[in-house]
Amino acid sequence: MKAYLGIDVGSVSTNLVILTEAGEILSGLYLRTAGRPIEAIQTGLRQVRESLPAGIEIAGAGTTGSGRFLAGVMVGADVIKNEITAHALAASLLIPDVQTVFEIGGQDSKMIILRRGVVVDFAMNTVCAAGTGSFLDQQAARLNIPIDQFGSLALQSQKPVRIAGRCTVFAESDMIHKQQMGHSLPDIINGLCEALVRNYLNNVGKGKEILPPVVFQGGVAANVGIKAAFERALKLEIYVPEHHKIMGAIGAAYLAKEEAGKKGSTSFKGFGAAQVRYRTSSFECDGCPNTCEIVEIYEADRIIGRWGGRCPRWDV
Amino acid sequence: MPVITFPHVAEAQRALKMLMNDLGNEVIMPPRPSKRTLDLGVKYAPEFACFPVKILLGTYLETCPQGVELIVTSGGVGPCRAGHYAQLHKKILRSLGYSVDIIVFEPPRLYPLDLLLNVKKLNPRRLSYRSVYECVRRAWRKIQALDNLEKLSHRVRPRELSRGATTRVYRQGVEWVDHAYSLKEILEAEAAALEALQKVPQDPEREVLRVGIVGEIYVLLEPASNLEMEETLGNLGVEVERSMFLTGWTRDNTWAETVENITVREAALPYLPELLGGHGRESVGNTIIYAKRGFDGVIQLAPFTCIPEIVARTILPRVAKDYDLPVLTFFLDEQTGKAGMTTRLEAFVDLLRYRKKQAKSPKMAVNI
Repeated sequence: MKAYLGIDVGSVSTNLVILTEAGEILSGLYLRTAGRPIEAIQTGLRQVRESLPAGIEIAGAGTTGSGRFLAGVMVGADVIKNEITAHALAASLLIPDVQTVFEIGGQDSKMIILRRGVVVDFAMNTVCAAGTGSFLDQQAARLNIPIDQFGSLALQSQKPVRIAGRCTVFAESDMIHKQQMGHSLPDIINGLCEALVRNYLNNVGKGKEILPPVVFQGGVAANVGIKAAFERALKLEIYVPEHHKIMGAIGAAYLAKEEAGKKGSTSFKGFGAAQVRYRTSSFECDGCPNTCEIVEIYEADRIIGRWGGRCPRWDV
Repeated sequence: MPVITFPHVAEAQRALKMLMNDLGNEVIMPPRPSKRTLDLGVKYAPEFACFPVKILLGTYLETCPQGVELIVTSGGVGPCRAGHYAQLHKKILRSLGYSVDIIVFEPPRLYPLDLLLNVKKLNPRRLSYRSVYECVRRAWRKIQALDNLEKLSHRVRPRELSRGATTRVYRQGVEWVDHAYSLKEILEAEAAALEALQKVPQDPEREVLRVGIVGEIYVLLEPASNLEMEETLGNLGVEVERSMFLTGWTRDNTWAETVENITVREAALPYLPELLGGHGRESVGNTIIYAKRGFDGVIQLAPFTCIPEIVARTILPRVAKDYDLPVLTFFLDEQTGKAGMTTRLEAFVDLLRYRKKQAKSPKMAVNI
C-alpha cells in the first residue's frame, strides 16, 4: 500500500507522520528537537519504520518547519514547504470550511485566515516569545508543576487574577508579585493563560476578522486552560483536533502526496537516512561584504546541502 | 581638495562619485552595509532611532576613519524624524572625535537658495554653473541607467531558466555603466547592459505573479537593509515593481509629481488626507495604485519604530479589504536572520498563487 511521509522540524518539537493514500494517519510521532534536529529526525525515522505495518511503500516525502531544508536534504523530500501553508492545509483537510487557524508552537505563533478554503491572510509573531509555548514551559518549570497539568489546574480557578502578558520578563515579575500577595496557584495559572491569549490576539491577531469554525493546533493546543481562555475571550467554540500537535507534518505529508502524484515518482531516499552519519559545519563566506554565515551538511563524506547564503554561490 | 563621502544607496553612489570627482572633490566610497556596519551603527545610535539612522551612522563610522572631512546627504521635510538625522549624525560623529561637516540637500523645490549654497561648497574647482549643470546631468543620466537596469532585472529574474543568471548579468551590467564616463559612453553601456539582460534565457510561459513594493525610501532602495527581498521574491517567481527609485523620488521632489493617471497623493486622499512625513502617504497611495493596476499583492517595507509607516500600516488593512488585495508588512531592524522572512514570503506567494488559481477556476467550470 502506498503511504506518504511528512516531517515537521520545529524549534521545540520534531514531528513525523505517515499518511495513507486515503488520508488515514498510520503513524504520528511527536519528539523533542532538543536543539539537535539531525538526531531528532533520525530517531523519528527509526521509530516510524519500526511502527509501520508490512507492505507499506513510501511514495512521497514532504518537510516543513524551520528545519525543513535540513530535513528535506536528509530524506530526499519531494516538497519542502513553509509551515504556514502546511498548517492551513492540514486544518482544511480536517474541517473543509475552516475560516480561522490558531497555531501556537514552541517559539512562534501564527494566525491564518481562510475564506472558501483559501488562505487570504496570515500573521506570525514577530518580536517576542511571550505568546508562545516556551513562555508557558518556563513558567510551569518555575512553579514546579508538569506542563501537562498546567491546563487542568487553570480550569480549577475560582477568581480571575490579571497578569501582564506583554513581555515574558514582566509577566514573571508580575506573577511573583501575585504569588507573594497570596493568590492561589490555579488563579495565577489561569491568569497566565489569559495573558497569553490576550497577547496572542493583540500581537498576532491585530484586528483580523476571526470567524468560526476556529481550529486551534500546535503543541499549546493540548493546554485546556488556554483553549478555555480563547473561548471566553472570543465567545466562540474552539475546535482542537485530535492530532493537533502534528498538524504541520500532516500538511507536509499531504503536499508530498500531491507533488509525488504530479511527478509520478518520489525522491525519498528510504529510511536508511536513520543510519547514515550526518555532520554539519559552517564558515563565513568572503565573497562580498555580506559575510554570510554558510552552513553545510555532509552525508557521510558527501556534501548534500548548503544554506545561509544570500546569493547562489554556495548552493548545492 | 575636500575629502567627502555619502550614504550607500544600492548602486547610485557610483554616479555620485563621478559627479563629486568632476567637481574636484576626493571621494571615499561607502562600503556596502554589512554586519560590521550594523554593529557600529547600533552601538552609537540612540536605541529607538529607526533602522536607516543606524545603517547610515554605521556607514559613516566605517568611512570617517579614512579621513572624511565632509558628508553629503539628503534631508527631509514634514513631521518625520529623518529631517534632523543629519544633524544628529554630525553630533554623534563629532562626539566620537571626527571633525566632519555635513551638507544636507533639502528638496530644491522648497529650498532653492540652499541648493546653490551647497553646490558652491562642493565645487572647489569653481566650475561655472553651466559646467556644474552639465556634470549633474551626466550623473543623473547614469543613475537613470542604473535604475533602468534594476527595473529590467526585476522583470527577467522570475522568468530565468537557470537560477542566479539574471543577478550575474545585472552585476556585470552595473560595472559597464559604472565605467562609462561621457554621456555617449553611458548611453552605450546602458544599451549593452539592457540587451545582455534581455538575452538571459527565460521561460516566457511561466506563470509569474506581480507584487508591488511600498514603504520607507531607504529600506526600499538599499537591498542590504531589506535582506535582498526583491531578489528573494524574484527567485520565488514573482515580478516585483518598486514604488520608488532614486530618479523617481528626486524628480517628485524637484520638478513635478509623477502622474500615473492619478497622483499618489490623490489616491491616498480618501484614507489619509494629511501629510505624515516620511513616505506614509506614498505607501497608502501606491498600494491603491497597484490595486487599480491589477497587481496580485503588495508588500510594505518599514523600518522598526518608523512612525509614518506605522500609521500607513494601520490604514493598509482597510485598503486591502476595499480593493481585495493581499498586503504583507515587514518591519526591518538590525536582525539579520533571514529564515522568518523567507517563511512569510513563501507563505505570501503561496497565498497569491492559490487566490489566482481560484479566481480562474470558476470561469473554467463555465467553459467546461
